[in-house]
Amino acid sequence: MEITMIYYLVPALIMFCCGVYGFITRKNMIAMLISLELMLNAVDINFVVFNRFLFPGQMEGMFFTLFAIAIAAAETALAIAIIINVFRAAKNINVTDLTKMKN
Amino acid sequence: MESVGSIIMYLVIALSIIVFSVLTVTTRKILRAATFLLFTLFATAAMYFKLDYEFLGAVQIAVYAGGIVVLFVFSILLTSHPGDKSERLVSKQRVLGLIAAIATLCVGGWALINRCGQALVSLPQMENPKMHAIGEALMGTGEYQYLLPFEAISVLLLACIIGGVVVARKR
Repeated sequence: MEITMIYYLVPALIMFCCGVYGFITRKNMIAMLISLELMLNAVDINFVVFNRFLFPGQMEGMFFTLFAIAIAAAETALAIAIIINVFRAAKNINVTDLTKMKN
Repeated sequence: MESVGSIIMYLVIALSIIVFSVLTVTTRKILRAATFLLFTLFATAAMYFKLDYEFLGAVQIAVYAGGIVVLFVFSILLTSHPGDKSERLVSKQRVLGLIAAIATLCVGGWALINRCGQALVSLPQMENPKMHAIGEALMGTGEYQYLLPFEAISVLLLACIIGGVVVARKR
């Protein structure tokens, strides 16, 4: 058996679909953020796999993944700050119950 | 031709990625979801190691597993009781989510099979990128070198720190 590129891309695709499913079905904000991380991670895998198989020896995909990880970390930290602030104001982080800002 | 050990390694990594990412979005206790996310990220790091990107695997473990998941666990413990279960899904939501996920799967899978003509190339030989080369590429200003994005990321992280402090401080 030869492990070709598609063998690495299919788990990433399934991971991305799990992220989509979780993002739609979850109500808790933190759980939605976790699903978002899954999607970001799946895309990172794709960058690395394409870099490794099609352009071995170059490092573009690797650096893109590196920067994507850094941005994901920043985004998560800020989102969690917002979530904690919302929790402090409303004692709740379910998206269905947070309707106060709507008219 | 791959060695047997390599195939077994691949199977373990792929199976754990699939199983743990499904469990992440289907478990009803949110702390368990964070734990399964941690396992998924570890499996991803193992995949990077298997594809010969040791530095990237180390960054994945250090930043994701060491930073982001800890942040998740802290905020989960701050905002909910550990034993809490999320309420059972209404079937409409589940159907909606499943439709979106399966649509993504179909489009992605179709693109993968039809459009990705090189999807069946086998693993080419490559030397692991050396730390020296990575550092040069990250710090240089020439072609294929990444000083500007590096600095942009540092400014972004600074803005993020300030934003986090401003958003989360007591009024």
